[in-house]
Amino acid sequence: MASKWKELTKGIISENPTYVQVLGMCPTLATTTNAENAFGMGIAATIVLIMSNVVISAIRKTVPEKVRMPIFITVIATLVTIIDLLMHAYTYDLWKTLGLFIPLITVNCIIMGRAEAYASKNGIFDSFLDGLGMGIGFTLGLVLLGSIRELLGNGTIFGIEVWGNAFNMFAMILPPGAFLTLGLLSAFFASISIRKSDKAKKMASQQQAQKAGEQR
Amino acid sequence: MKLLTTSAPHVRTQDSTRKIMIDVLIALIPAVIASTYFFGLYALILAIIGVVSAELVELFIMRVLKKDKEFVPNGSAAVTGLLLALNVSVATPWWVLLIGVFFAIAIVKHVFGGLGQNTFNPALAGRVFLLVSFPSAMTTWYSPINKFFGVYPADIQTTATPLAVLKLQGFESAKSFSYIDLFFGNRGGSLGETSIILLLLGFSYLVVRGRIKVMVPASYIGSVLLFSWIFYMVDPSKYGSPLFHVLTGGLMLGALFMATDMVTSPMTIKGQAIFGVGCGLLTMVIRYFGGYPEGVSLSIIIMNALVPLIDRYTQPRIFGRRVA
Repeated sequence: MASKWKELTKGIISENPTYVQVLGMCPTLATTTNAENAFGMGIAATIVLIMSNVVISAIRKTVPEKVRMPIFITVIATLVTIIDLLMHAYTYDLWKTLGLFIPLITVNCIIMGRAEAYASKNGIFDSFLDGLGMGIGFTLGLVLLGSIRELLGNGTIFGIEVWGNAFNMFAMILPPGAFLTLGLLSAFFASISIRKSDKAKKMASQQQAQKAGEQR
Repeated sequence: MKLLTTSAPHVRTQDSTRKIMIDVLIALIPAVIASTYFFGLYALILAIIGVVSAELVELFIMRVLKKDKEFVPNGSAAVTGLLLALNVSVATPWWVLLIGVFFAIAIVKHVFGGLGQNTFNPALAGRVFLLVSFPSAMTTWYSPINKFFGVYPADIQTTATPLAVLKLQGFESAKSFSYIDLFFGNRGGSLGETSIILLLLGFSYLVVRGRIKVMVPASYIGSVLLFSWIFYMVDPSKYGSPLFHVLTGGLMLGALFMATDMVTSPMTIKGQAIFGVGCGLLTMVIRYFGGYPEGVSLSIIIMNALVPLIDRYTQPRIFGRRVA
């Protein structure tokens, strides 16, 4: 059970697709002008990711090695078309703002990457958990980025006013804001993981020293 | 006698970063005095806020990075803060300047590794960030009040800078600014950019002290004169005279104090010439065909990005080696 839990959570923190694997940068930078768009994009990608992981895991034994890529893309493109039509029908405004980036989920690195690296080698349930975890990690990364940009650029989060119109840095909504925020957040998460591994190393060396002391 | 055994290179100069930065600050004092005369007390307050907050932000960053033990304030942040303050309009609220200073020091300078490592001129990058973020505050100009420590009345009328007049109404209307006024700085504009004569005075102090590269401003202003002369020959009523272009906008402040920044300009004389000509060409392209009336800050930033490339292609031949 613990290993299943790990399959789910690894995508959220230790292998976060946005900040650790740095995958899917195109939608990350383009659709995070506010938290709502970021959330919509994350959810759409998550649903495609889960379904593609499950389908590809189910057909992994019948797919010939040499033509696996075209087959994966066909599967993903079918799922993306479904999502595209559903969003067109039920969330028309969001569909309009996300525009081209919904069809582009087809060639999203995260989905291709998980299909290739994980779903084509593991069982259906594990792949489902992997897709769910990665999707949640992607969505959280996007929402974090979108919230910061919306807060600094527009004074709101999810459309809820935080400090009104007092200090809106318009540049944060424009492309430079996306690059700045993404870079700073990546640096922040990298520094956390470096600090963690330093601590772990220190602990390990201390334990070794202790053991050596006991043996003497 | 004590013999020192250290490995090369041996630095024998008495100069330090701090001494150079203090000289730059002294050279900027005339511009601060001019801004206080033309734009009143608030201009002086903005300049002080710029200097003090820049040093405080740098100290804060050093503490966050846990480098504060070996850190000695060397005044480079103060220069950045002062230049940024001289680059904004008197209509700018003080907290906008603070955001700009924070962006300049924390993100443009220290994210890239601190003094000596930054690709872009921090003050200019801060200015461009403010220009994009707060377009209305950064492009509202007041006409000079011509009184030391004066205060603007509450119902102050905004005015247009000479370059904006040129862009919107043509050179016939822009001729209402006399060259004498432009030379002494009696016009609307950023705090420190208006008074050409006092900027030149500060710059000549730096030249006498041997602190600054003359090649960059010379090629920058020279190429602006050349390009604007060519366009003036084509259509005088639309493009404006060369002298007008040199005396207006932030060209003098940019060419004398920003493009010459030691960290973000090329090292060789040849490279500096290329850098200056590139800045001049881009400035005039933005002034003639761009969306903004003024392009000095943007052009210097663009050329900053090319400095590593320029340095690479203007590397002097190492003595005793053949050209590769």
